Amino acid sequence: MTESAPRPTPASPTPPGGHLLDVRDLHVEFRTGEGVAKVINGVSYHLDPGETLAVLGESGSGKSVTAQAVMGILDSPPAVIRSGQIRYRGRDLLTLPEEQRRQVRGKEIAMIFQDALSALNPVFPVGWQISETLRHRDGMSRADARRRTVELMDLVRIPGAAGRLGDHPHQFSGGMRQRVMIAMALALDPKVLIADEPTTALDVTVQAQIMDLLADLRRDLDMAMILITHDLGVVAGVADRIAVMYAGRIVEHADVRPLYRAPAHPYTKGLLASIPRLDVRGRELSTIRGLPPNLMRIPGGCPFHPRCPYAQQVCVDVVPDDLVLADGRTSACHFAQEVHDDRDR
Amino acid sequence: MFRFVLRRLLQMVLAFFGTTLIVYALMFAGQGDPIQALAGERPVTPAQRAYLTEKFHLDRTGVGGFLYRYLDYLKNLLQGDLGQSLTGRSIGDILAAAWPVTVKLALIAMAVTILFGVTAGVLAGIRRASLFDNATLVLTLLVLGIPTIVLAPLAQYLLGVRWPVFPPTAGADPDLYALLLPGIVLGSLSLATALRLTRTSVAENLRADYVRTARSKGLARRRIIGVHVLRNSLIPVITFLGVELGNLMSGAIITEGVFNIPGVGFNLFRGIRTEDGPLVVGIVSVLVVVYLVANLVVDVLYAVLDPRIRYE
Repeated sequence: MTESAPRPTPASPTPPGGHLLDVRDLHVEFRTGEGVAKVINGVSYHLDPGETLAVLGESGSGKSVTAQAVMGILDSPPAVIRSGQIRYRGRDLLTLPEEQRRQVRGKEIAMIFQDALSALNPVFPVGWQISETLRHRDGMSRADARRRTVELMDLVRIPGAAGRLGDHPHQFSGGMRQRVMIAMALALDPKVLIADEPTTALDVTVQAQIMDLLADLRRDLDMAMILITHDLGVVAGVADRIAVMYAGRIVEHADVRPLYRAPAHPYTKGLLASIPRLDVRGRELSTIRGLPPNLMRIPGGCPFHPRCPYAQQVCVDVVPDDLVLADGRTSACHFAQEVHDDRDR
Repeated sequence: MFRFVLRRLLQMVLAFFGTTLIVYALMFAGQGDPIQALAGERPVTPAQRAYLTEKFHLDRTGVGGFLYRYLDYLKNLLQGDLGQSLTGRSIGDILAAAWPVTVKLALIAMAVTILFGVTAGVLAGIRRASLFDNATLVLTLLVLGIPTIVLAPLAQYLLGVRWPVFPPTAGADPDLYALLLPGIVLGSLSLATALRLTRTSVAENLRADYVRTARSKGLARRRIIGVHVLRNSLIPVITFLGVELGNLMSGAIITEGVFNIPGVGFNLFRGIRTEDGPLVVGIVSVLVVVYLVANLVVDVLYAVLDPRIRYE
């Protein structure tokens, strides 16, 4: 029971007005001197108001590139969007003129990045950097922007916010710096917040604080959130749905609970098995053998087949379509149902 | 910061004494007969010799005598007395006449560097791999490859003699227009370096993560480049320009020589050529101070420009 485009997405039927954000069959290439890397190969996902979608995958799987394409901040060259649509409230962002596209950034869709130290400008005070958005996008006066900046910094729970406006990024701890970045992203009340590995550069205890903060803010400000991560542990408590990416494709797309209970793609299964668990002691931690493919030479057939314990001849020959399973979830695997039912491996 | 400046000032004192001692030693140690050098070709009578020997404390020989004369010189120097050139003119007067010319020349060179070098560097950095970028690369490599000793006479011949746009030499008490061509020649070298440095710095900063953040804030490209990128890119450029200005202030021996400009470099060169020990030591002593102060200013400026730098 395979289906071709439009790809079905699990759990939520298309609402009457369309999805808030709807990425359809996106293809992105990086054209460099060494050749063409196919970074995104037909990614589709959507986001409805108030929900959290987690995009999961190893580095190089294309999760950040997809997000940057949504934001319209891909560096081109080398990036080229070959085809696809990115619809926000029914408008295809890819066809908008740059000036209108710019108005969407920050105001409708905002983004926070992995490493706040390099993502913030090192030579300007943080108060300046937050209020810059307010003053230059909202046309706020200096005094109003300052007041609002302190509010925002309070909102992300930076202690003594008013006294820290003049501090530079390097004077903050990692966690506080990430909070500054979040405050900056929230400045214009965006409807969608894209968080690109927001906790990767942080200590474990701080990671939990930032994730809690993001979840609270998402609820209180009624935003939708795309959470990009390679850490399955981070996702469980926060996300509603998960899209697992591999070699520039979404290989599995499901609600959080069913996916954790019974993954339907061997790659997801491998990821789950590689989480350290307290209740299973004395066994060596399972890993996925091999390395992610070189995006300039993605293997034929299913790109995961060289690393897959389920691989058969058909996986080498035929690119799997998105298989829709019983509960509406999808898996791009010839043996999705078998993987789903196979609890032991 | 205050402690840093204080420590640097103390280091400057040491550096100053060290350099003057070395220059003093080099200038006078190699000299065969300073009294004959003073008199030039004319014969020296025994009476004159005895008088001068006593006047310059030449009766004391060896290391002790050298140190005695050096300390005597330093004592005068610290009182602001640079002494007299072998020609009899006060070195203070020579410098007072020469320095304004050199400063004018240095400022012209600096203006040329900033106006063309930095601007072109920013453009080349933004339009990396464009025709403009490649053209400036070739031009700057060409300029960097030609030594001043070739470039200066070439410019003088082409623009001063062949097509007389500028006066070929400046002469005594030159006006700004006469200094323009030498200023451009002098500036072309730092222009080329400033251009390459700016271009690299801008190109590097354009790829920085904070630029991506600025774009995701929805800022206009003009603002991202004009404020975020430039403010970061110009930190190394301004540092370079500061050091370069210190260099230019201490005179340009070749350029001033070719264009016959009576600046500091010109006088220094004449002093060396005529074995005028007091003149050379006097000028170099002052140059050392200028250079040290310029470097200190640059270091302090660096901390002001980049908040991540803290001197303790």
